[in-house]
Amino acid sequence: MGVLEVRDVSLTLGDKQILKDLSVDFWEGHIHAIIGPNGAGKSTLASVIMGLPGFTDIAGDVILDGRSLQDVPVDERARRGITLAWQEPARFEGLRVDRFIAAGARDRGTATVRNALEKVGLDPDKYMQRAVDKTLSGGERKRIELASILAMRPRIVLMDEPDSGIDVEALERIFETLREMKSGGVTVILITHSMAVLRQAEHAFLMCNGRLLDKGSVEKISGYFENRCIPCDHTNMPVAEEAAELGVALQDDEGAPA
Amino acid sequence: MSAVDLARSLLDSVAEFGGHAAGDDVAHLEVHGNEVVGAHLVPGLQIETQEIEDGIEAHIVVERGTRLLKPVHMCFGLLPQTGMQHIVMDVEIREEASASVLAHCTFPNAVDVTHAMDAEIRVEPGAEYRYFERHVHGPDGGVLVVPKAKVHLGEGARFRTEFELLKGRVGAMDIDYEVTCEAHAVLEMIARLIGRGADSIVIHETGHLVGEYARAVLQSHMALRDTARAEVFNTITAAAAYARGHVDCKEIVQEQAVARAVPIVEVRHPKAHVTHEAAIGSVDSRQLQTIMSRGLTEDDAVELIIEGLLS
Ligand SMILES: Nc1ncnc2c1ncn2[C@@H]1O[C@H](COP(=O)(O)OP(=O)(O)OP(=O)(O)O)[C@@H](O)[C@H]1O
Ligand SMILES: [Mg+2]
Repeated sequence: MGVLEVRDVSLTLGDKQILKDLSVDFWEGHIHAIIGPNGAGKSTLASVIMGLPGFTDIAGDVILDGRSLQDVPVDERARRGITLAWQEPARFEGLRVDRFIAAGARDRGTATVRNALEKVGLDPDKYMQRAVDKTLSGGERKRIELASILAMRPRIVLMDEPDSGIDVEALERIFETLREMKSGGVTVILITHSMAVLRQAEHAFLMCNGRLLDKGSVEKISGYFENRCIPCDHTNMPVAEEAAELGVALQDDEGAPA
Repeated sequence: MSAVDLARSLLDSVAEFGGHAAGDDVAHLEVHGNEVVGAHLVPGLQIETQEIEDGIEAHIVVERGTRLLKPVHMCFGLLPQTGMQHIVMDVEIREEASASVLAHCTFPNAVDVTHAMDAEIRVEPGAEYRYFERHVHGPDGGVLVVPKAKVHLGEGARFRTEFELLKGRVGAMDIDYEVTCEAHAVLEMIARLIGRGADSIVIHETGHLVGEYARAVLQSHMALRDTARAEVFNTITAAAAYARGHVDCKEIVQEQAVARAVPIVEVRHPKAHVTHEAAIGSVDSRQLQTIMSRGLTEDDAVELIIEGLLS
């Protein structure tokens, strides 16, 4: 049994069913990756697990430590140890980086903030006094998001495309940090389109069109990248360009092992 | 109370904000009601004051080329529960001079107090003037604050004014600043306020960019709750080539509070450019959720977001 279980979850937004009877288990202290084309429902799944407003009206259940999270609001889920690094993190006018990081930190001291920034490769002296606003580059903002999560010391962290906008050097540091988190017992869930990120994981899940198509070892799932093939037969298929962007091709038939 | 005691009491009421720096090289002026209760000048700075019935007239000159390295500390206030303080100020920052003023206006016990300020400010060519005014009011908001300023910025002059009221209740406030900017002059007008209870806030801020390359930013950031009301009229006119202006109005409105923003942008030269942005309403939900996903309650998250907006 996993520390976190998504059990038969379906979600409809407007008149579109986004998640379809999805079940996934996440194991304590392991690194997981969720891959799938644009629009597959990966960020939606993260929002459901985090319990964000608008994503709570689900069929099925999300279970933490054997207890349903139904009716547990975002902040309480966070206090129980789940957090989310957003795909496109929000900007805050005037809010200083050090205040932002300290706000959710387990220990709010300056040392924690400095340490977290260093771990994501940002010089604390240069960044602590800046604002988490639109003057930060996309990559800087993503790294500050990660720093805030490191300072929080969560039990379970969802990282929605942690590598997007991040340069190679910083990515290496972030990977190192991921391994550190893992060795500290943190359960990591990476959402990604990148082979490099996928390789950090121990278990991988393939999503398409709101469904779980396959799961297993990274080697197995990365095969879908390498063969440029997703064994998905849904009719409302993402457009070919989106798939091409992913470096995967969509295919209707042949040996979908789902 | 003696003048010394009054000065001390005024400064005590603003002590939590750092009070006033001391030292021979720090100029300061303290005014209680219509009485100057403390003053110290430094070379290059002239301050002449005259008591009037309900306040004082002050004529302030920073002499040509003088660069005051340390801010001039000013404190205006009234300790009793009722009364009127009217400050008439005439400020000249002469050519190539530079000065900054840190002013505290304190009415810690106000039940029915009026504080009016009428200022004429001339910042001559190449000069720079920074004026920071912080209000410290009591918890009951019995203050009517009416500051008016007419400002002229000569060629290449710079003027930055910041108005802050974050502690205590506003009461009623009606700010009216109008600034004319000659060529290459730079204007920044910033207001940061928290409105609570039945506070009423009216802000008129106007910048006229009359010279080429003149620049202005008018910024008002507010957080309103309870039944507070705010109206913000920000106006920038631009009548010369390469004049640039920006109006930024952000207000977070909670509970029964009401905010109204009326940005007016008037461009009378094809090579001038003025922009405005206004965001008024509840706290941004993505911001809120981000902070709540780190474990803060909604109230604490809102507070943090407001703290940022008003910093
Ligand atoms: N509020 C909504 N109403 C209707 N459809 C929505 C809503 N939010 C998301 N969707 C749709 O749900 C689908 C899944 O979106 P989601 O953001 O989860 O995809 P994703 O797998 O994270 O994609 P990407 O790789 O592009 O980030 C998309 O088709 C999206 O358009
Ligand atoms: Mg996504």
